[in-house]
Amino acid sequence: MTLNNIWVFAQVANGAPTSATLELLTKARSLSSNVTAIIGGDGASAAALGEFGATKVYAINHGASLPGVAIAAALKSVIDGGDTPDLIMFPQNYEGRDVMSRLSVKLDKTVITNNIDITDGGDGVTVVTPIFGGNTLVSTTFTGAGPFLAAFRPKSFVAESAGGAAAAVTAVSVPDLGAAGAAQVTAVHVEETTGPKLDEADIVVSGGRGLGEAASYAMVEDLAKLLKGAPGASRAIVDAGWVPYSYQVGQTGKVVKPTIYLAAGISGATQHMVGMKGSKNIIAINKDKEAPIFGVADLGIVGDVHKVLPKLIEALKARG
Amino acid sequence: MIVCVKQIPDPAAPGALDGATNTLKRDGKLILDDSDAYGVEMALQLVDKAGGGEVSLVSMAPNNETSGLRTALAMGAAKGVLISDPALQGSDALTTAKVLAAAITRLGGADLIIGATESSDGYTGTVPEQIAELLGLPSVTFAKKVSVEGGVLKVDRQTENGYDEVTCALPALISVTAGVVEPRYPSFKGIMAAKSKPVEEVTASDLGITPVGWAGAGQKISSIAEAEARQAGEIIEDDGETFTKIVGFLENLKVI
Repeated sequence: MTLNNIWVFAQVANGAPTSATLELLTKARSLSSNVTAIIGGDGASAAALGEFGATKVYAINHGASLPGVAIAAALKSVIDGGDTPDLIMFPQNYEGRDVMSRLSVKLDKTVITNNIDITDGGDGVTVVTPIFGGNTLVSTTFTGAGPFLAAFRPKSFVAESAGGAAAAVTAVSVPDLGAAGAAQVTAVHVEETTGPKLDEADIVVSGGRGLGEAASYAMVEDLAKLLKGAPGASRAIVDAGWVPYSYQVGQTGKVVKPTIYLAAGISGATQHMVGMKGSKNIIAINKDKEAPIFGVADLGIVGDVHKVLPKLIEALKARG
Repeated sequence: MIVCVKQIPDPAAPGALDGATNTLKRDGKLILDDSDAYGVEMALQLVDKAGGGEVSLVSMAPNNETSGLRTALAMGAAKGVLISDPALQGSDALTTAKVLAAAITRLGGADLIIGATESSDGYTGTVPEQIAELLGLPSVTFAKKVSVEGGVLKVDRQTENGYDEVTCALPALISVTAGVVEPRYPSFKGIMAAKSKPVEEVTASDLGITPVGWAGAGQKISSIAEAEARQAGEIIEDDGETFTKIVGFLENLKVI
C-alpha cells in the first residue's frame, strides 16, 4: 500500500495552527507529497499550513453549527466529487473525534483512535496504540480499501517546518444537514489562565485526591508559580470540581511531556499515567508506598503532601 | 430517554488480552462503567424535572452479562435491552454503534439519547457520535451541563479552552463528561426492584445486523509488544527532610 493522498484535520487557535496540527502535517508529509489540510472556517492560515507540508487546504465555514456534523458532511461531498484520500489523520481531541465519528458512518469505514505512530509498509498501513496505561503497544493494520481513519494523541510526532509555500485554498460549502444539524453554538467562553500553557510548560506540578480538600490545591499553584511551570490535576479532583477541566492531565485531558513532572497526592491511575508518562523526569509524593505512580517516578517521596510541599515551597522561596 | 451503558471488567483488576483472539478479556463478572453512571443519573434527573417519562438502557456485552445493567436499573432506570452474541466479539466501534442504534430503534427511539464521552476500558470515544449519525440525529458531545427548557436542549459543551453554550432541538443525542452530575447510590429498595425489571436479550440478527466481528472490522492486530519500561527511581520514606532531596533533584536539572 502506498499512501498517495493524505488529509489532515487541522485546527487553528488564536490565528495560528495548533501544535497538534503541525505535528500531524509533519508526519503526513513524510508519508506522501500530497497532503491536504482540512480546516473549519476560512483559509487565513494557508501560509502556516503550507510551511509545514500542506499543499492544499479545504476550508469549510460551518458557521454556528458544531464542527463534527458539518465538516463530515462537507468532506463526504468532496469525496463523492472524486477526491478520495487514502488516509485521514485526526488529532485526538474534541473536534477531531466528532468529525471522524460522523465521517466513519458516512463512509462505512472503521476508526482507530489513540494512536502514537503510523507506518506505511509492504504489509499495509499500520498504526500503534498504547493500552493498559502505555505498558503494552498494539499494532493494528487497516484491511480493505480506504479511506483509513486514524486519530493520534498530541505529541506523538515532532513538528518541523518544511519551508513550504502557502497552500492553495479551496472553499467547500456545507451541504444541508437536515435535522442532524440542529445543534447551534450560541456563546463561546474561554477560561483565562496565566503562566505557561499546561501542554507546553517545561515544568508541570499536578495535584490529586491526596491533597484532601480543594483549598490545598493552592500549594500546587504556589509551587508551579515558583518553578515557572504550569499547575495540573488528576481527573479525580477535576470531577470533584476543585479545578477546571482545562487543568486535567490524562487520557481525557492534556498529554504533557515536560522536563519535570511533579505529582502531588496522585496515585497514578491508568487514566492519568497515559497523559504524563512521557515526561523526562518524574517526582512523586504520595502517602501510599504501593501507589502505581512510584513505578514511573525517578524520585519518589512516600509521605504526606501537607508535610512535604510547605517545606519545599519555603525552601524555594528562601532561595529567592 | 435512552442511556447507552457499557458493562466492563472491574478497572481495579489488571487488564489482560486474550492470547487467542487479541481482544480484551471480558469473560469474568462485568460491572457498570463508572463513566456511564453519570449518564444514567442525568437521564433520571431530567425525567424528574420533566415530571414524567421513562429511562431505558441499551447495552452490548458478551455472555448475556446483566450485572452492570442491574446496577443502572437499581439506580432507577425502568428497563433494558441487552445485545449479546458471540458473533459480535472483535466488533469495532462502528459495528457497536450500528448494534446500539438498531436497539434504540427497536425501543421506538427517544427524545434524548445519552452516552458517555468514552468507556473506561476501550476508550475509542466515537460510539455516541456514530449512533447520532446512524439515526440522523443532532448531537452535542462532551456535555458538562445539561437542561431542557421548553422542549429545547441547552448544553454547556467542554472545549479545549473553556466551554461553548449550545442549543439543540429534540430528539437529540448527548455524550456527558464525568462529573456532570453526582450519580446516586442504588438504595436497597432499588436493588430489590431491579431484580424484576425487564431486560430483553436479543442477538445481532434479531436486530437485522449481520454480525461481523473481526472479519468485518476493517482492521487486524498485527503485533503486540511491551512498551519500554522506565528505569526504576529512588523511592524514600519522608522523615521531614525529604524536601531537600527534591531541591537537590531540581538543582541537578538546573531548573533552580
